[in-house]
Amino acid sequence: MKVTEKDVAYVADLSNLELTEEERAHMVRDLNSILGYIDMLNRLDTESVDPMAQVSDRYGVDTSKAGGERFAYASRDDILFGLRPSLKREEALANSPDPDETFFRVPKVIER
Amino acid sequence: MELNLLTIDAARSAIQERKTTSMALVESFYARIQKEDSAIGAYLTLTKERALEQADRMDRLAAEGKPLPPLGGVPVGIKDVMCTRGVRTTAGSKILENFIPPHDCTAVARLESAGAVVLGKLNCDEFAMGSSNENSAFHPVRNPRDLSRVPGGSSGGSAAAVAADMAVVALGSDTGGSIRQPASFCGVVGLMPTYGRVSRYGLIAFASSLDHIGPLTKNVRDAATVLHTIAGRDPMDSTSADVPVPDYVAELEKPVSGLKIGMAEEYFGDGLDAEVRKAVEDAIQRLAKLGCDVVPVSLPHTEYAIPTYYIVATAEASSNLARFDGVRYGYRAKNARTLSDMYRRSRDEGFGTEVKRRIMLGTYALSAGYYDAYYLKAQKVRALLTQDFDEAFKKVDAIVTPTSPTAAFKLGEKANDPLAMYLADIYTVTADLAGIPGISIPCGETREKLPVGLQILGRHFDEATILRLAHAYERSVS
Repeated sequence: MKVTEKDVAYVADLSNLELTEEERAHMVRDLNSILGYIDMLNRLDTESVDPMAQVSDRYGVDTSKAGGERFAYASRDDILFGLRPSLKREEALANSPDPDETFFRVPKVIER
Repeated sequence: MELNLLTIDAARSAIQERKTTSMALVESFYARIQKEDSAIGAYLTLTKERALEQADRMDRLAAEGKPLPPLGGVPVGIKDVMCTRGVRTTAGSKILENFIPPHDCTAVARLESAGAVVLGKLNCDEFAMGSSNENSAFHPVRNPRDLSRVPGGSSGGSAAAVAADMAVVALGSDTGGSIRQPASFCGVVGLMPTYGRVSRYGLIAFASSLDHIGPLTKNVRDAATVLHTIAGRDPMDSTSADVPVPDYVAELEKPVSGLKIGMAEEYFGDGLDAEVRKAVEDAIQRLAKLGCDVVPVSLPHTEYAIPTYYIVATAEASSNLARFDGVRYGYRAKNARTLSDMYRRSRDEGFGTEVKRRIMLGTYALSAGYYDAYYLKAQKVRALLTQDFDEAFKKVDAIVTPTSPTAAFKLGEKANDPLAMYLADIYTVTADLAGIPGISIPCGETREKLPVGLQILGRHFDEATILRLAHAYERSVS
């Protein structure tokens, strides 16, 4: 077993999840099963392979250009309001579970 | 009007020539949804007011004798992971059950600007995580070809709506196969464009380096028309590519004879259902008869695709889904004592099991001490998988494979075994990781009359060639 109940509690904490007792037990089982399968990646020697985080720095761009030059098309002048005005306050607050007229209201932040 | 025969061109020209009206067409689609969808479950929200307004605009254009835009009056459905201004957008999740976006997804806006009529929002696996549509927080979707079976996922509602004639066209999203696999299970066409070909502005993010938007349609020509409409640079999405958009419909008519198509043995190994294999091999034979050269190619790292995918996708998801905290939008747990209690309980109560599982897996893979062993390792193997395709495409113009190792499975069959469910994507995830385009088209049926899908993969930004091959195949069998 790679993943213990303690690991699950720690990762749940990092993930801002609580999980019920039952969910934690299932999570131990499922993560071990999936990670056991994923371990097959260790059969490959990747010592000299560069990691690939994304596709868009290799394809659909002029690879003869370096660094930021390659993505010059994606930048714009720094103009007031950017490409469009910001959302109106009422619109920005419209989906909030607990707005007042100006802010998103949340429970107490600092515990004593 | 026979709804089952309606394609984009047929719908548009019937309205243009005043054989019907866009209003009447919309009404007949809603009547069909009313009649059929209680058994299938494809739609989560209907947008009747918005649809009738757009239909009225199209009818007035037609009445004035003005030419309709390319999708004028065409009824479409939108996977519920794409934001629609003023219309509830749930991502199939309880956490967004009452979310009403203030903005439109670019792909949806482009369809509507081209005259399309949005009928409603389509069911999907929660946050597009799933291969059977059983992970929807609302209800599963059933396969219109056999109601005891799944439609595939995650764009199950999109595939089922097109297959059951409840939309002419639907938009779906594909992160590991979520357009192509349901298209295959439901017997429709599903196209995943190249990474960056279509803007994702307004798409609720799952895994940002893998997410794609694309069409599900009844035929290849419609897929070409929709792609042409939604493709191209969008200033609102910095990952949308600055690459010219060809006329995909005109390109369909170019000959396929002389094209080299690759067949990789790695896609025909253990686990491939015998009937699916037969149907796909027959389809490849047919392409050979049309003058294509079938060439063996090797994609040696293929078996590592699923483990790589489930690290990369879940790592990105764990980060993307951190935004759902009950503060600015979405579900908030009641009576939380503190802010951190509120975050946890809102997420606990708002997310479903599979979403939590993936957040946990992704967070684990990114956590201190495991980053190198899992996340970095997966990124390196992703590079190898991509190189496999780069090498193969030096020899061939396209690669043909089965879309899925089996035809549609039964509801509940894999629901309690996450790993078995993940393996349903075994032939589709690699294209997402490499960012290449892929299309699934129907290529026959099993003895149980379940559709089989042929997948055609192409070079980056070469959707034209895979559409052309798919079109030639489709024409040869119809």
